Amino acid sequence: MCLAVPGRVLDVEVRDGTRMATVDFGGVVKEVCLEYLPDLKPGEYAIVHVGFALQKLDEESARRTLELFETLGLLQEEFGDPWEAAEAAAIEWKTQDDVHGEVRP
Amino acid sequence: MKYIDEFQNPDLAGRLLDEIRATVTRPWALMEVCGGQTHSIIRHGIDQLLPPEIELIHGPGCPVCVTPLEMIDKALEIASRPGVIFCSFGDMLRVPGTGRDLFQVRGQGGDVRVVYSPLDALRIAEQNPDREVVFFGIGFETTAPPNAMTVHQARKRNIRNFSLLVSHVRVPPAIDAIMRSPECRVQGFLAAGHVCSVMGTAEYPELARRHQVPIVVTGFEPLDILEGVRRTVLQLERGERTVENAYQRAVTAEGNPAAQAMLSDVFEVADRAWRGIGVIPDSGWRLSARYRDHDAEHRFSVEGIDTREPAECRSGEVLQGLLKPNECEAFGTTCTPRSPLGATMVSSEGACAAYYLYRRLDAGTPGQRPPASARTASGTPSPVTASLEGSPLA
Repeated sequence: MCLAVPGRVLDVEVRDGTRMATVDFGGVVKEVCLEYLPDLKPGEYAIVHVGFALQKLDEESARRTLELFETLGLLQEEFGDPWEAAEAAAIEWKTQDDVHGEVRP
Repeated sequence: MKYIDEFQNPDLAGRLLDEIRATVTRPWALMEVCGGQTHSIIRHGIDQLLPPEIELIHGPGCPVCVTPLEMIDKALEIASRPGVIFCSFGDMLRVPGTGRDLFQVRGQGGDVRVVYSPLDALRIAEQNPDREVVFFGIGFETTAPPNAMTVHQARKRNIRNFSLLVSHVRVPPAIDAIMRSPECRVQGFLAAGHVCSVMGTAEYPELARRHQVPIVVTGFEPLDILEGVRRTVLQLERGERTVENAYQRAVTAEGNPAAQAMLSDVFEVADRAWRGIGVIPDSGWRLSARYRDHDAEHRFSVEGIDTREPAECRSGEVLQGLLKPNECEAFGTTCTPRSPLGATMVSSEGACAAYYLYRRLDAGTPGQRPPASARTASGTPSPVTASLEGSPLA
């Protein structure tokens, strides 16, 4: 949750009096609030945390981090279905506990 | 893949490691404050690549882990009430309260919903005017501004059925409390990068001066962490004790002024209890008087809950850097991610979870490398560890 992910602004609009954007995170597109970075324009990159753009980022840094996160599966962790993840984790841990049980009684 | 290759280039990592090795002359204990950094360190085996003189101590910077059990129990109580829609980030679902978690509350009929952003919870409130919608507002300075904006919007748009269960904490008072502890061994800090994206670095020079400790603002990727370590060690060896920013692509000295302004409008600084640590003065936020009617603790009577910490859980010592997760008796035996005793084992940023996930099972083998079978939660092998394995660095 504390992980903030860089994304690229696709378009900007004012909705309910609030500056919002659609932002592309390496293929996953989300609604993001721009109230804390009101000058952000389409094509620019920012660090986004829980749906809020918090700090502008240069393109190269953003792409680098984004590609790294994708490789590490962190984007799935951030944007995947948390109920599914929690259930999958419980199953995975059960399997791993069984394995660990052999090496650590 | 050009950028990835550069970013994870073992040559670059190797050069940083060479510089660190050439600089260090005696043992130093550094604390990485942020749980995201802890996971990156353990996932990539960075602590094992560093020269043995440098010890990385894991700090309290996991928002889920430091949320006190009492707040979890209040969340569970509110989420169980009829007519309530309880919204939370996914990380909180399996954090154990006294006897159950949010996942189980949902199984028992509670309307628990996971949102990506607090604004999603506000939308749910708007769409369900006959229900009470409560959002669990936890986290550090990175998460507090989004939550502050959401309460501000609720008030502006007169959405009265929305409230926030507030458990926000601030990093600088925690650093101060860690340094004041008589048992403290920390000699330098890798400060949490994204917290500083919001708050800037203004709060740190006074801390560095007061405790004579270097504080280096550090990012999350492996090379960021190596660079943070390099700069901290360089300062220590030279006898310098100042604040440096090693995460300039995301952190400016002034941070985000708009976010800071909203924070001081919606919240006021307050004493906060940290799980396993206790109350740290001025270490958190609560809603300011103007916004108190959006405070879930005021709206729902949740006093008198019988909160019971499991006696065998030593997460408080882990969070203060006094104990490594695998030095705890319960680690990997009575405490696993499947049946965790404390939040440090279940949180995606918890230190105990990192040690379990990456197979740091035995306290006696700090130099043990993760086996080839060690995989990330999503089943992907760590590319940095993989790329470094077999290289002269490994």
